[in-house]
Amino acid sequence: MVTESADLPIEPAPPRAAGVLRRALDSDLLYSFRRSPLTVAAALVVLILGGSALLCAWIAPHDPFDLASLSILDSFDPPAWVDGGSWTYPLGTDDQGRDVLSAVLYGMRVSMLVGFSAVGLALVAGVSLGLLAGFVGGWVDTLVMRVCDILLSFPAILIAILIDGVARSVLPHDQQDQIAFSVVVLAVTVLPAVQFARTVRGSTLVERNKEYVQAARVIGVHPVAIAFRHILPNVTGPVLVIATISLAIAIINEATLSFLGLGLPLTQPSLGTLIRVGQNYLFSGEWWMILFPSLALAGLALAVNLLGDWLRDALNPKLR
Amino acid sequence: MIAFVIRRLGQSIAVMLVVGLIAFSLFAYVGDPISSMVGQDTTMADRAKLRHDLGLDDPFFVQFGRFLLNAAHGNFGISYQYARPVQQLLAERLPATLELSFAAAVIALLVGLPMGVYTGLRPESWLSRIFMTLSLIGVSLPTFLTGILLIWIFAVVLGWLPSFGRGDVVQLGGWTTGFLTLSGLKALILPATTLALFQMTLIMRLVRSEMLEVLRTDYIKFARARGLPNRMVYFGHALKNTLVPVITITGLQIGSIIAFSIITETVFQWPGMGFLIVQAIGFADVPVMACYLVLVAFFFVVINLIVDLLYYAVDPRLRLDRTGTAHGH
Repeated sequence: MVTESADLPIEPAPPRAAGVLRRALDSDLLYSFRRSPLTVAAALVVLILGGSALLCAWIAPHDPFDLASLSILDSFDPPAWVDGGSWTYPLGTDDQGRDVLSAVLYGMRVSMLVGFSAVGLALVAGVSLGLLAGFVGGWVDTLVMRVCDILLSFPAILIAILIDGVARSVLPHDQQDQIAFSVVVLAVTVLPAVQFARTVRGSTLVERNKEYVQAARVIGVHPVAIAFRHILPNVTGPVLVIATISLAIAIINEATLSFLGLGLPLTQPSLGTLIRVGQNYLFSGEWWMILFPSLALAGLALAVNLLGDWLRDALNPKLR
Repeated sequence: MIAFVIRRLGQSIAVMLVVGLIAFSLFAYVGDPISSMVGQDTTMADRAKLRHDLGLDDPFFVQFGRFLLNAAHGNFGISYQYARPVQQLLAERLPATLELSFAAAVIALLVGLPMGVYTGLRPESWLSRIFMTLSLIGVSLPTFLTGILLIWIFAVVLGWLPSFGRGDVVQLGGWTTGFLTLSGLKALILPATTLALFQMTLIMRLVRSEMLEVLRTDYIKFARARGLPNRMVYFGHALKNTLVPVITITGLQIGSIIAFSIITETVFQWPGMGFLIVQAIGFADVPVMACYLVLVAFFFVVINLIVDLLYYAVDPRLRLDRTGTAHGH
């Protein structure tokens, strides 16, 4: 593994204040985090990229959506350090005279928004389905798992493209730009939801027969409360890992859809949309239009993946 | 065995029926075919007559049954975009996609397998660490970005290879091949490499982890104790036993390669089915979409079926497990 958490000694965890978050991030985890420079670097990248995307309305030098401020005379300006560039547009301008840095920041916000919404939705849907299937069992379990099996046999991006295509042809043409966001989120939600459902179902099957669950049952706790209050906290580890990795995959899949021209429109560009536009100018030498959104996307995806990798190793009891 | 095959076949047929239903619903609920066929001044009576003649007022299941029958005969109607039969359009583009996918699969196996064996045998060496880091980058980089990167390096900067199209193709019966011309082969290199990269990293990581696991087992220790040379232990005993999951995953990845070829074909404007479907979605060309949906689902169902059955044949442990699902392991 790339991260170095595998061969760590076990440190006894010092007692800490109670609280779900504290217990989830017990000091073991923080210790292995500090010990892995790559992971710390990845976390920093995510923080910086995420923070600047979140704050883009304040820190971006220009508003790429303010059509009044755009001047076609400023189009195709190179980055500041290249001949002909100026610090007004640090990373150059695109074909419309938009500032590339601002466009990347706003695009990153859109990309992350899609990623987080998709993983959030998948989390709610997948965890509920998984708990239901594992806890109720019987035909519900069989049905949910069969559907999951079938969906899993198709690659995520294919499902996303097909959902997107179906939604596009079913929904009215003139509203497509407004609903594009929801369609894209839905398209990239399906596969992570399946993964959550399967994992949670598997862990639930194990937990369901343990004594604490039987005890809760005996004293008459409502089954729904048992599922969410007693079983769920015990299956959070793998869910957290899948959530992190799914975030990277969701961001990549959204970018792919947008790159193919099936995702977000030019009026609401994500990193993928920007790369799609930039590709048209690859041969004419305006490399900055494609390079910076690509770097942002690759950096984001790689850093989130590294975090997921570390989390998987750190939470894996076999590697402790 | 027979029960397993029957259950598995039943599942496959169920999937195909559901996919067929989705494809049919696309036809049935997207737009009104009558209004796109007739002029403004056609009377309601004429429209109703046409609707009746075309069978569009039949009950849902009658129409669905007719759709399935037509689909089974390879008849999916006329493309809105090209005004030609859909099955013809797809058949023309099938060779391009299959040749690209085949080349990618070969590259992925030929490079990924040795890399996986090496990193499995020498997990601590610096070369292995480089491979592993590169593979992580390979997994994280979206396919279209690696494609663009390769175009930029080999087509824009170095100017060695073409960045789009298929080059010259040779007509062999109903099949067009780019394997026989120099420009066709040159045009194949970049897209095939792009498509192979992801599968390559996957195969490498899989072989590596399987090798690591197998090398810890008792029978490997015993083989060593018998004094067998390393070469025999590694390739005769260890590698052979890692191949079952590798075959499964590689088989399943064939479908994935076809799916990812949608992206690669768009980046390289490769005249295959994937490029066609992306255009069709942008154009809301429902017949092409429906046909592609059914075709791809069919590919996947057949691949999964074959892999599951092979798995069952190869791994005797599964025969004892009567629960029937051949997934996971």
